[in-house]
Amino acid sequence: MPDLLIELFSEEIPARMQRRASEDLRDRVTGGLREAGLTFGESHAYATPRRLALAVEGVDAQSPTVVEERKGPRADAPEKAIEGFLRGAGVAREDLELRDEKKGQVYFAKITKPGRSADVIVAEVLESVVRNFPWPKSMRWGAGSLRWVRPLQSILCILTEGDAARVVALDIDGIAAGDTTEGHRFMAPGRFAVGSFSEYEAGLLERKVVLNPKERAEAIETAAESLAQSAGLEVVPDAGLLAEVSGLVEWPVPLMGEIEEAFLDLPPEVLQSSMREHQKFFSLRNPEAGQIERFVTVANVETADDGVTILAGNQKVLAARLSDAKFFWENDLRVARDGMGAWLEKLENVTFERTLGTQAARVARMETLAREIAPVVGADPELAGEAARVAKADLSSEMVNEFPELQGVMGRYYAVEAGLPEDVAVACEEHYSPLGPSDEVPTRLVSVAVALADKLDTLIGFWAIDQKPTGSKDPFALRRAALGVIRLVLENEKRLGLRNFINSGFVAHGVPGPDPSDQEDFTGMAQRFSLLTFIHDRLKVYLRDQGLSHDVIDACLALEGDDDLALVVARARALQAVLATDDGENLVQGFKRANNILTQAEEKDGVEYSYGADIKFAEAAEERTLFEALDRGEAEISKAVLAEDFEAAMGAMAALRGPIDAFFEAVQINSDNDILRRNRLNMLSRIRQICRQAADLSRLEG
Amino acid sequence: MSEMPEKPRSFQEIILRLQSYWASQGCAIMQPYDMEVGAGTFHPATTLRSLGSRAWAAAYVQPSRRPTDGRYGENPNRLQHYYQYQVLIKPSPPDLQDLYLGSLKAIGIDMGLHDIRFVEDDWESPTLGAWGLGWEVWCDGMEVSQFTYFQQVGGHDCRPVSGELTYGLERLAMYVLGVDHVMEMPFNDPDAPIALRYGDVFRQTEEEYSRHNFDAANTDVLLRHFEEAEAACEALLSVPEEDPKTGKRIIMAHPAYDQCIKASHIFNLLDARGVISVTERQAYIGRVRALAKQCADAYVRTDAGGFDA
Repeated sequence: MPDLLIELFSEEIPARMQRRASEDLRDRVTGGLREAGLTFGESHAYATPRRLALAVEGVDAQSPTVVEERKGPRADAPEKAIEGFLRGAGVAREDLELRDEKKGQVYFAKITKPGRSADVIVAEVLESVVRNFPWPKSMRWGAGSLRWVRPLQSILCILTEGDAARVVALDIDGIAAGDTTEGHRFMAPGRFAVGSFSEYEAGLLERKVVLNPKERAEAIETAAESLAQSAGLEVVPDAGLLAEVSGLVEWPVPLMGEIEEAFLDLPPEVLQSSMREHQKFFSLRNPEAGQIERFVTVANVETADDGVTILAGNQKVLAARLSDAKFFWENDLRVARDGMGAWLEKLENVTFERTLGTQAARVARMETLAREIAPVVGADPELAGEAARVAKADLSSEMVNEFPELQGVMGRYYAVEAGLPEDVAVACEEHYSPLGPSDEVPTRLVSVAVALADKLDTLIGFWAIDQKPTGSKDPFALRRAALGVIRLVLENEKRLGLRNFINSGFVAHGVPGPDPSDQEDFTGMAQRFSLLTFIHDRLKVYLRDQGLSHDVIDACLALEGDDDLALVVARARALQAVLATDDGENLVQGFKRANNILTQAEEKDGVEYSYGADIKFAEAAEERTLFEALDRGEAEISKAVLAEDFEAAMGAMAALRGPIDAFFEAVQINSDNDILRRNRLNMLSRIRQICRQAADLSRLEG
Repeated sequence: MSEMPEKPRSFQEIILRLQSYWASQGCAIMQPYDMEVGAGTFHPATTLRSLGSRAWAAAYVQPSRRPTDGRYGENPNRLQHYYQYQVLIKPSPPDLQDLYLGSLKAIGIDMGLHDIRFVEDDWESPTLGAWGLGWEVWCDGMEVSQFTYFQQVGGHDCRPVSGELTYGLERLAMYVLGVDHVMEMPFNDPDAPIALRYGDVFRQTEEEYSRHNFDAANTDVLLRHFEEAEAACEALLSVPEEDPKTGKRIIMAHPAYDQCIKASHIFNLLDARGVISVTERQAYIGRVRALAKQCADAYVRTDAGGFDA
């Protein structure tokens, strides 16, 4: 069985697209082969800046012959219908078979689809893959109409069987497939032919191209580490940069360079950002001092002077960049030491969002909210207010203007320079956290208060102007903000009702709430409710990842305190645990039975059976036992719920399982005696009501 | 590898070598456009000629003005007036990357010693309603050129596609000549009887224009000129195509485009004067883009624009 090798050779492919593209090539080609009836062994995809490559082992030389049977018209059908069938099936009249069916004799045709060679199939599949490739952005070039990420220059496509290789006949808009490729642009120019994947990979290596991006990344990592070590430094880990740089070179040559003395006192984050964003340099850090002292750049070429010229050029460019950064830093320090007043004023002219007004207005709202939240999470309201007031000041600084990703980080430096307390300075940085599901959650109380204020204000603002996320669209990262609120509360084990803060946030955004003295007033309730529901939905997603199912959370959200996320989670965990027991599972069945009977009866009778049952109408022993169990259970559950001992509450609820089951066994609810019937229905109502203190079991699925 | 040419010794030698290199590759060597523009792309030899089906190959130096970049001649790398070298070939030839690398070699960059890289950079000009895909070209970590395959100009799909190369001449020359401050760069042969440095030619003008751009340009006049250029552009395009005097179909795409360029430069000046707010900014850019688009619409109805070709 032949092996397949494909290479699509082009001008430089953007680094960030290479990995996905090589995977798409693999998935689409192998998918196409499979669909055409070919089986094959392992497949491997590779990418360099100038090529996507795919190797598929052991491809069937031929797809299997398929015989298909097709039912036609009846023997006595009009001639036209039969002719039409013959045309459609592509068979002759004499090849038809007549069979007896219930309604008479019917024609059948056997259609044989002969297998096709791998060559034909590969050519067809590859052409379609090239023409429909899912590049994030593609282009045309020259006078042609073919689209690729950058001009496609050549296609290598061969099938190798033993020692013999053959080119797959294929031509896409004048680019004919062949068996040749190119090595390194500068170090080994010119084309060479290959007969197999191993020849291809080895031939490239000989010509200074490392095909496998993983190997390039490893080579860079190892060399950077050893360069760092030789200078007594360590590489600042940066997986994103490593992946990007691996996509910028075919032949990685890491070189270590120096940073001019004059720039070494810049904050390490500034050095790192400047070197990373503009120059794609790795930062080398002094493990003791924490300062960044050198860099590693990765060239794509070995030179006669061992990279001396390249390094000198890179150092020169870096010096120009860093003198800009130093200029910003020194200007910023003057404003910071002056108390940052100029920056705060400038926030009045910076738009946060078109309809949501300026950053200054946002800061004012955050400050109010942070002061309200602070006592509830145990932070000093003065510090929290001060931190919120200056948290966005660095957005006006020159450094953040140049490196937006340093927002917060610079804020912390500048707050320290402004002489503000440590808690305030730290909150300037930490209030943006957590930024994603794996980002660390701040634990300092002032940071927690300001971070909550920041995220709640964002959510409330976009809710107020009706810019909620829809489907996959979430341009303002509101799902992330909601998850941030959830993680800040839960991971810090903070007990707080969100409703109050949501309400005051909406008021601050000009969305008043209802008049508390007017029961019929629902002003602004829809937005408030919708936001809390959104947070609940994110909570379900968050807890699902921790193994808590959404209906268990629904059962707990249906109760008082649904805006106290820690309470909801404690309840849900206890409920989930009790549901895993035999008693718990059966209790749910018993509860649902009781609930169904009761609901049907209430609907039929048009009354609510909530007057309470009377033990004097109890007939059977089981009925009396349930009475006692309910009295006991009610007391235990309400005591446990009050103490927030949800395990005990759920346990007490589960203990009702025995008496409820026995009751249903012994007693018929819909008795002919109306008094007995009503009493029993009232008893079912008590079951529902008592269980509901712990959780709303009717929300559970299954 | 073939012999490396000797290193150039002055700014003008680099320009001359680029001129003769691209001339030898078959480009028409054009002269700079006689109007103030922000970049070489604005020259009609690029903007308009990239439209339509007719083949084209041109190269030229274009003095370019970015009023906000003025630094009174003190910053080593920033100028409000600088030179771009621009190459436009339509349809883009299959070996354009190699041709480009040849031009670097011609100005003394030895591929055996330097690290040349094509790093993703998608080009977009909101004022011209144009975009393309390509790279910024790095030499030892420094951006030395912009390399773009035009996909759309003035809202029109480019068919065929033009390949555009833009070299920032001062920066490139400083690197090749090993100069740290632009004003120190030899302009002509350093051994000439009257040797001139870049600063001898341009330090004073940088000072004068910096003051002009930031503080002195009359914003009321500029605002009025903007409106006038806009109106003139639209008026020129709205006259009937047939010229009553000659009886010929004469669409005034180029004169209209001059007004578009003018509006664009006035906008840049107003921006430098700080009289345009963030929200107004978008609106101004949109107005210039609308003009560029109308000029493109008109140009493709002309002979040079491939009408009936």
